[in-house]
Amino acid sequence: MPVFSYLAQPVPGGKKDLLDELGKVACCEVVPSDNEELLVVVTDTPDQKAEEDLQENLKGLKSLQCLSMTFGHVDDKTVDP
Amino acid sequence: MDVTRRAFIKAAAVNSAIAAAAVLYPGISFGAWKEMDPSSGKIRWQKTPCRFCGVGCGLMVGVSGDRAVAVKGDPNSSVNNGLCCVKGYHSIQILYGKDRLRNAMVRKNGKMVAVPIQEALDIVASKMKETIKAHGKDSVSVYGSGQWTIPDGYAASKLFKGCIGTNNVEANARLCMASAVTGLLSSFGLDEPMGCYADIDHADVFFTWGNNMAEMHPVLFSRMLANRNRKTGVQIVDFATRFTRTSQAADKTIIFKPQSDLAVANAICYEIIRNGWVNRDFVDKHVSFHSGKTNIGYGTEDHFKFKDEAKGSSFEEYKEFLKDYTPEKAERISGVPAKDIRYMAALYGDPSKKVVSFWTMGMNHHTRGTWINNLVYNIHLLVGKISSPGNGPFSLTGQPSACGTVREVGTLTHKLPHGVVMKEKARQMAAKIWNVPVENIDPKPTYHTVEMFRALDRGDIRFMWVQVTNPMVTMPNLKRYREGAEKEGRFMVVSDVYPTPTTAVADVILPSAMWIEREGFYGNSERRTQHFEQIVKPPGEAMCDTWQFVEVARRLGYEKQFPWPRETYIKDIWNEYIQFHDSPKHRMAPYEVLRKRSGVQWPFVNGKETKWRYNAKYDPACTQEDFHFYGKPDNRAWIWLRPYEPAAESPDADYPFWLNTGRVLEHWHTGSMTRRVPILHGAMPAAYVEIHQDDAAAIGIANGDRVKLSSRRGSIVMTASINGRGQPTRGQVFVPFFDEAYLINELTLDAFCPISKQPDYKKCAVKVERA
Repeated sequence: MPVFSYLAQPVPGGKKDLLDELGKVACCEVVPSDNEELLVVVTDTPDQKAEEDLQENLKGLKSLQCLSMTFGHVDDKTVDP
Repeated sequence: MDVTRRAFIKAAAVNSAIAAAAVLYPGISFGAWKEMDPSSGKIRWQKTPCRFCGVGCGLMVGVSGDRAVAVKGDPNSSVNNGLCCVKGYHSIQILYGKDRLRNAMVRKNGKMVAVPIQEALDIVASKMKETIKAHGKDSVSVYGSGQWTIPDGYAASKLFKGCIGTNNVEANARLCMASAVTGLLSSFGLDEPMGCYADIDHADVFFTWGNNMAEMHPVLFSRMLANRNRKTGVQIVDFATRFTRTSQAADKTIIFKPQSDLAVANAICYEIIRNGWVNRDFVDKHVSFHSGKTNIGYGTEDHFKFKDEAKGSSFEEYKEFLKDYTPEKAERISGVPAKDIRYMAALYGDPSKKVVSFWTMGMNHHTRGTWINNLVYNIHLLVGKISSPGNGPFSLTGQPSACGTVREVGTLTHKLPHGVVMKEKARQMAAKIWNVPVENIDPKPTYHTVEMFRALDRGDIRFMWVQVTNPMVTMPNLKRYREGAEKEGRFMVVSDVYPTPTTAVADVILPSAMWIEREGFYGNSERRTQHFEQIVKPPGEAMCDTWQFVEVARRLGYEKQFPWPRETYIKDIWNEYIQFHDSPKHRMAPYEVLRKRSGVQWPFVNGKETKWRYNAKYDPACTQEDFHFYGKPDNRAWIWLRPYEPAAESPDADYPFWLNTGRVLEHWHTGSMTRRVPILHGAMPAAYVEIHQDDAAAIGIANGDRVKLSSRRGSIVMTASINGRGQPTRGQVFVPFFDEAYLINELTLDAFCPISKQPDYKKCAVKVERA
C-alpha cells in the first residue's frame, strides 16, 4: 500500500491538458499550482500490481514533461524497494 | 482525532511536494490544497494572521474535529506568500499548554480560589464601582497591549474613556513603538508608515538601523534576501551595536556606540548636502524645516512633564546646524569610522539606487526615540527617497496589532479612535458614535504607561485591569512596580491564558480565549487589517477579552453602549468603529471584504487598497501633483534639527558596562506562550548574558560560567554566553528578556523619551562579576 507524491511539470503550455489527463488516472490525486506551470501528484495504490499499472499510465501521458518524486511511504511488502 | 493514519500520510506526501516546489519556485501557491477536505483526512483549513510579531504573516490553520492540528503559510497572503517562521509553524501549540487557565480565580484569604467566571466578573464590576466611589474615576485603569485585537481595544476605550470618563487607558505598545508614532506625527502629521512590504521587492539598498531582522522579523528578512538573490547589486547594510544573525547575512556591518546613532544620522545628512546629493526639486516643493527644544531630560522622576515646541527654520540654518556633525566629529561620538559614514551617505545619495531603512526597537527604545525617528526621515526627505516603490523609511512594529489596536483605535491616554482627547471635535465625534454625553470624555490625558505604574505605586491608582500582557516581567525598574502592585489597597485584575508573574500579583484572574478561539482583527506594520474567525473552542470557561469588557460594562449600567448580541458582537463593533475613520485618509475595508481576503491595506477607497501614502499616483487622499504630505498644515513633510544628546545613564567606574536587552527568534516577548511549546523551549530553554570574549577573559569568565550582573537597581545571576548567537562589542552585555526565571528588568532604568514617553531598554550601566 504505497503512497508517493511527485512534482509534475507539463510540456510548455500543457498544464490544463496534464490536469485533465491525470484526472482520468486511477489511484491518483492532483493539486495544481495557482501561479506556476507545476502540479503536485499524490498516488495511493492498494498493491504492487496497481502501482505498476499506475507507473505505466503516468509514463504514457503526452502532456507530461517531467515527474520528480518528493515523498514515498510503503507500509507493507507489496512493493519491492 | 478524525484523521486516519492513511489520510495523514497522504497529507504529509502533499506537504512534502509543496515544500519542494517552494524551493524550486519561490512564491508558488497551491490554493486548491485547502479545499481537499475529504482526501486530506477531513482537515478543515481556515485563514488567520499569525499572532506573533507585527509582520502579520497569513497562516492556514488545519482543524480536525475540535482541535487545531496543522499550520502552513497562506499562499494568498501578500505578506509572506506562504512562508512562515519557526514561531508561526508552531503557533497552534500555544493553545494546548498543560497549565492553560480554564477557570476564573479570586484571591480569598490570601489564596487563589477557582470560582465561576460570572462570579468573578461580578467581583470585578463591584470592585470598580467601589473604587470609583471612594477614590474618583481616575483611580481605575486598564492596561492592554499590541496583542489586543481591534475589538478588545475598542471596547476598553469605549468603557473607560466614554462611559467611566477616565483617560487611564494604556497599552504595552507604549513600551515598543510610541517613539515611532511621535516620530511620524512630528515629521508627517499622521501616524503609520507611508510604504509597505512591497518596497522590499523593489529596493536596491537596505539599511537596518539597530534592527536584528533575521531574528525579530524573519519572514521579511527572508524576503529581503530573496530580493538580493534575484537581482544583482542589492546591498544590505547592518548598522548595529552588536553582531547578530542579521550581521552574518549583511553585506556590511557598521558598529556604533549606544545612543550615538543620532550623531551618525546627522553626519549622513551633512555629507548628502556637502556632496550635492540633495533632491532640490523635492525639498523645495515638499519639505519645511523646524527645530525643537533641546536638553529635554529623561523622565526618571515622578510627575515629569515635557512638551516640545516647534520653531520654524530654514535649509540654510539646517546646513549650519549640521556643521557640528562632520563625519570626523561624528566618529568621535559614535566610534564609526568617517569613511563608513561617507559610505552610508553615498548609498542614500546615489540617485540610481532605491533605498529602504528598517528599524524597530533599536531606535524606539531610546531616550531620544522621537528624535532618531525624525533624523532617519530627514535622510530620506533630503534625497526624496520616500513614498514610492522601493524607497522609504519603515518603522516595523513588534506586535500583531500594535498598529491596528493601539495606534488606530487609540488605546493610549491621550488618544481617541480618531484624534486626541484634547481636541473638542474629536471628543464630539467619539461621544456621538459611543452614544455618551460629550462631557463624559475628559479633555486631559492622565498617565502614560510608566507614570501609570508609578501612580499605582503611589496610590493615585487603586484598581488596574491588565489584559494580554505581562508587565511584571516587562516594566523597566521592575522591582518598584511589582511592589507597588502588591501594596495594600491595590486591586489587580489580570486576563490571561497562562499563569505568569503578573497573574501572581492578581486579585482576580480571568481566563481568556486566545487568538483563533474567538473572532477578531489585527492590524500589522504595513496598515493591513486582517480578520480571523473563531476556528476552535476555548478551554473551560475561558472568555474572549472583548466579551469580558461587555459583561463588566453591563454590570456597571452601560447596557445602552454595549448592546450587541453575542452572535454578532465582533461584526457590530467593527461596523461601529470604522465610522471613526470614514475619510480617504484612513477608510477601513468593510467587514465582508475583510472576511474574504487575507488582509486589506487602508486607506481602502472605492474598493482599492493604498500601498504608498502621500504619493498622488497611489494615494486617493492626495490633492496635489506628485507628492502631497497632507498630514501637516503646510502640506509639507518636516525636517527637524535634532542634536546628539547622551543616554540617561552611561557606563562609569562603578558600573562599567552597557546593558542591552531584547528578544530571540524562538520566543515571543516574555515567553509565557512560546516557552510552553516544547520544540521552541528546547531550542532556547533559558536566558543568558552575552559578553565579549576579551571582557570575559579580563574578568576570568569562561563560556557557561555563572556571572553576576548588577545595576543601581538590582542584580541577577545567570549563565555567560561567549561568541554565541550574538556578540556584543567590548564594554557591552546583552540579555534577552523572555525568561521569567531571570527578570532582567529589575536592572533596567525607567528613563524614557520625553516626547513619546517610551522607555529605553537598550541602555543602562551595569557591572559584571564572577558569581
